[in-house]
Amino acid sequence: MIIDDIKQAVIEGDATEVKKLVALALEQQVPAEEILKNGMISGMGEVGRLFEEGEYFVPEMLIAARAMQGGLGILRPVLVEQDVKSAGKVVLGTVKGDLHDIGKNLVGMMLEGAGFQIVDLGTDVSPEKFIEAIREHQPDIVGMSALLTTTMPNMDKTIKAFNEAGVRQSVKVMVGGAPVTKKYAGEIGADGFAPDANQATAEAKKLLVG
Amino acid sequence: MNYSSLAIPRLSDFLFGVCPRPLTLKNGLVIGGGQVYPEINFTLDSMIITAESMPQVYEQYTQMITGVCDRAVELHAPGLVVEFELLPDLTLVPEWGAEVTKILRSTLDETEAKHGLKTGLRVTPNDIREFARPPLMRQGRYVEDMFRSFELCAEAGADMLAIESTGGKEIHDEAILNGDLPMSVFALGVLGSRDMAYLWERITEISRRCGVVPSGDSACGFANTAMVLAEQHFIPRVWAAVIRVLTVARSLVAFEHGAVGPNKDCAYEGPYIKAITGYPIALEGAEASVAHLSPIGNIAKAVPDLWSNESVQNVKLLGAMAPTVSVEQLIYATRLMNVASARGAKEAGMLRDWWVESDSHLDPQAYVLRPDVVLKISEEIIAEPTPYKRTRRSAFAALEVLRQANAAGELNLSKMENRWLERLSRAAEGLPEDEDEFIAGILPQVNRKKIALSEYGL
Ligand code: B1M
Repeated sequence: MIIDDIKQAVIEGDATEVKKLVALALEQQVPAEEILKNGMISGMGEVGRLFEEGEYFVPEMLIAARAMQGGLGILRPVLVEQDVKSAGKVVLGTVKGDLHDIGKNLVGMMLEGAGFQIVDLGTDVSPEKFIEAIREHQPDIVGMSALLTTTMPNMDKTIKAFNEAGVRQSVKVMVGGAPVTKKYAGEIGADGFAPDANQATAEAKKLLVG
Repeated sequence: MNYSSLAIPRLSDFLFGVCPRPLTLKNGLVIGGGQVYPEINFTLDSMIITAESMPQVYEQYTQMITGVCDRAVELHAPGLVVEFELLPDLTLVPEWGAEVTKILRSTLDETEAKHGLKTGLRVTPNDIREFARPPLMRQGRYVEDMFRSFELCAEAGADMLAIESTGGKEIHDEAILNGDLPMSVFALGVLGSRDMAYLWERITEISRRCGVVPSGDSACGFANTAMVLAEQHFIPRVWAAVIRVLTVARSLVAFEHGAVGPNKDCAYEGPYIKAITGYPIALEGAEASVAHLSPIGNIAKAVPDLWSNESVQNVKLLGAMAPTVSVEQLIYATRLMNVASARGAKEAGMLRDWWVESDSHLDPQAYVLRPDVVLKISEEIIAEPTPYKRTRRSAFAALEVLRQANAAGELNLSKMENRWLERLSRAAEGLPEDEDEFIAGILPQVNRKKIALSEYGL
């Protein structure tokens, strides 16, 4: 089955093959949603499993993610045309004063692999920039990362700014990063917390259901 | 100064607490002259740094330094070095960092006057050039504030200046995650090395002018990032080990432009620097798990002159506040080293070897820190004339050492790690000898959005 082949090509990180197969599947009138969910997202799910079991490292995951991106490039216009919704839209950023971004990038990569649409604001993101992004992109979730004990309080500040700007109710807020704890997330009124990138995906899915 | 021979060629002379070019601080504290001293570093607990919160910031630093000094006196520490690693806000507003430096200085002076404890203060402003995206390495507000921070901290009482500089890091993070050896060589052997030459000439000039010691740098942002990622199983351990060795030529540039040690604690490339330059080094290991985990906690104790904890947050533990607890741990660790040294070089060598043996076969990152391996690879590195050629040679040498160790059963690499060892070896073979040819080949792959190449003279 072509869907299985797409899934396998994603697992193997073969971007050329993924693109070729996605184009072929579309030609064969396979529904875009099926290509996305049962082919590519399912392939990335398997990649995540291989990573969890120590069979893959991040470099292999990135190659697979890029292969999926290649396929998405072809699939996206059709998904829009057929009104297929993504798993959700997430605005991501490292808070003001903080330049650490490796953890945030990995979280973004895992979310993307699970079918989320990511708007990455980068590092040193002020509350104002987050608010602007909420207004512009209307995400389902805002994800904040912080690695320094002296920038973690900027998560609290940012959530307060969301309240003041009247945008807090329109999004779920998820936080993470080495010094951040579930308790702290609760104290500042975040909706979700995850200790690592894998659990961030599970948490994001939970947030959108609950 | 271009190093072309080893300052410490013999394994029997490669020990903790001694080096061919010890450093004497103004108060007479000698680093690398026979004893290993603790170097404690502490940082704030969760809080925002603003003009309004500065009184609390000063209060916390006063509390931390007082606790640390009191404990050092109570435990009869023979000497104490304190590192004040600024937080970004304290470099962005250089006056704030200088004020904290003053606070630390005055407590250290009081302790010395009252109890005779010889102390030293290392101050490490941040490389805030990264706040501009892409980073502006040689111009603009951040560069000016960073150098002003060095100057004000020196005037406020630092004995030694240091930095964890980040030139080339803007493309290195991705190289780590992609397992991209040529890009890592480009970031370290070309970009980072060029930036170090620029930076260290200035830091040395400021240090001379202010009468303080230009101590050293750290490839923390490169190799420790890789180590932390390997610890989380994100990248292969052999890759992190190779990156560690790739950083040597870059960190050496500081010493070729005026640094005289002690090299920074988080620079695990330090043993290589010590072997090549003969200057003293600080290092951290088991007691630095307060800041990050590592697979090299004991082997790092093999040849340091200062023994550090990297950094600890000012939180309450059952024993005491964490910085006080941490200095106690460092004092006990250094006590043992100093007893061994007092017995003689043979005994010190024995203790060194036990630490080495306890870690070296368990992780390739530990293996490349074995003193014998350090001497062997260092010799190969300095056989080359330029940072690029040295970095390229580091890749060959590190991979060869790891392949041999694996084949001899001295390392037990998993199937996945073996696959990566082969993959990295193939990538290394593709590195051309000529730097211009290398640069021409790699530039088309460089993400220009992330880096301003002109800032590196490219
Ligand atoms: C939205 O929802 C979510 C959900 C989950 C989320 C999430 C968001 N975000 C993260 N997660 C979670 O998922 C991720 C994947 O599993 C995880 O992300 P992590 O980021 O935790 O994990 C990454 C995959 C790997 N981990 C990392 O990348 C961080 C590792 C350590 C060693 C570290 C690194 C690598 C760096 N650093 Co810095 N650094 C340290 C770190 C030590 C530590 N214990 O964390 C820490 C955080 N740094 C510190 C310091 C002091 C600094 N650093 C600085 C700089 C750097 C480098 C640039 C060198 C480099 C960053 C590279 C980069 N592009 O990010 C400076 C500050 C720069 C700034 N303004 O931010 C500087 C000030 C150092 C200096 N002298 O300049 C310390 C903080 C002390 C404090 N007071 O808080 C530190 C604990 C190390 C230490 N010295 O002890 C989870 O936390």
